[in-house]
Amino acid sequence: MAEGAGEEKKKFSIWDLPDVPMGQLPPHLELQRSRVSCNKDAPIHTESIQYSGAYASMGIDNSSRLDLFSNNFRVEVVRLNEDDIEFDMIGIDAAIANSFRRILIAELPTMAIEKVLIANNTSIIQDEVLAHRLGLVPIRVDPRLFDYLSENDQPNEKNTIVFKLHVQCKRGSPRITVKSDALKWLPNGSELVKETRNATSDSSSKPEIYTYFGCSQETVPEFVKNPIIPKYPDIIIAKLGPGQEIELEAHAVKGIGKTHAKWSPVATAWYRMLPEVVLLEDIEDDLAEELKSKCPVNVFDIEDLGKGRRRATVARPRACTLCRECIRGDDWEKRVALRRVKDHFIFTIESTGALPPEVLFTEAVKILEDKCERVITELS
Amino acid sequence: MEHGSFTDNSVATFSLTDEDHTIANAVRFTLNQDPRVTFCGYSISHPLEARVNIRVETTGGPAREVLKDACQNLMLMCRHVRCTFDKAVEDFKASNAVKAMKIDSQDSSGDDSEESE
Repeated sequence: MAEGAGEEKKKFSIWDLPDVPMGQLPPHLELQRSRVSCNKDAPIHTESIQYSGAYASMGIDNSSRLDLFSNNFRVEVVRLNEDDIEFDMIGIDAAIANSFRRILIAELPTMAIEKVLIANNTSIIQDEVLAHRLGLVPIRVDPRLFDYLSENDQPNEKNTIVFKLHVQCKRGSPRITVKSDALKWLPNGSELVKETRNATSDSSSKPEIYTYFGCSQETVPEFVKNPIIPKYPDIIIAKLGPGQEIELEAHAVKGIGKTHAKWSPVATAWYRMLPEVVLLEDIEDDLAEELKSKCPVNVFDIEDLGKGRRRATVARPRACTLCRECIRGDDWEKRVALRRVKDHFIFTIESTGALPPEVLFTEAVKILEDKCERVITELS
Repeated sequence: MEHGSFTDNSVATFSLTDEDHTIANAVRFTLNQDPRVTFCGYSISHPLEARVNIRVETTGGPAREVLKDACQNLMLMCRHVRCTFDKAVEDFKASNAVKAMKIDSQDSSGDDSEESE
């Protein structure tokens, strides 16, 4: 079915076709090149024909030059909230769209709690479970203001954020739920002191501490306006019964989603190709009613033709989930064609709160550019 | 790292460390668009090792230059995407602000739904 683009069409001459301008593909090949046909059993023509010489025997240049891309590429924002964005990218290929999606999920840096120093934990939640839960709490801070902390570095105010959690449930009082707003930011660094095992150490030597803050993080103007807190104050961290106490310090560092999913800045990011629903023949009267009732998302509408006749039209193709209900049953495949447009992507990005979603996408594109630059410098 | 031949520099395999499908598929796409390329592909020999092998065969020019041009094209495409996206977001925010003002000025009878920007 997927015939080679140039080969078996040698008998086919463009001159025989009426009104086909030179330099354009005949309509069935254009359909194959630009649409994924979603049939009842499986989609076909899913791969994008990228090879620059693909249609060379027909005299058509498939190579997409940069100026063609620049002219045809469009972005349309459909919805933009504080936490999520939905926008359309038209004129781009699946390879690049997928690269953006992968970078959004795995390679954008964020701050998340990595080290938890537990001074006292008499709750029923185990230490490691508590530390794991703390790591997954999203923190509302711009990660671009911080540096990475590597093994040789000392934790200082440029690469660490210190939080403190001290909750106690007194005897006689009812159980309490520890929520994420109990995490207090310590802008001056860690307050705990390292235990020195050396019994013969000089009592006048300075005790070792965990972080070396040169100056308080409060002096940074961004943090004066927006103090560093968890983004959502109502995340349940632990529950305490009477007489139980948790006292710990949590250090947050910068990382990327590839290392651990807690550093992923998006709840998720996904894209889908624009669905296209085409009625291959006129569907009237009873068949039209049947078609309209089949679709669970109301893609079809009925319009009146007058004299009591009705016809089905496609009203909301974008809402189509490709459930293929409309082509189930005998003969419906001849009447309705389900397709996807190969270069129109509907992107949705849901941010966890560190950065607004439009900034996330811009940063993701910047990271792809940096990767390219690294490859270029390696080659030179 | 380039694995090629000293005599024929139009075919080569480039081995990139610390990379994966993210950049390899994008570079392969831009390579395909270049009319000087007769063959291009990438493979990841083992998923636990972060190494990508990109194979480029050209119609005569040095494969290294063709790969560099493809990466440059990809960078220019990214820049264009970024500019277009930023402009689209700005236009959307501006049009939403206008809509919010219109609703506020038209609606005198206390509308419940606030336009959030």
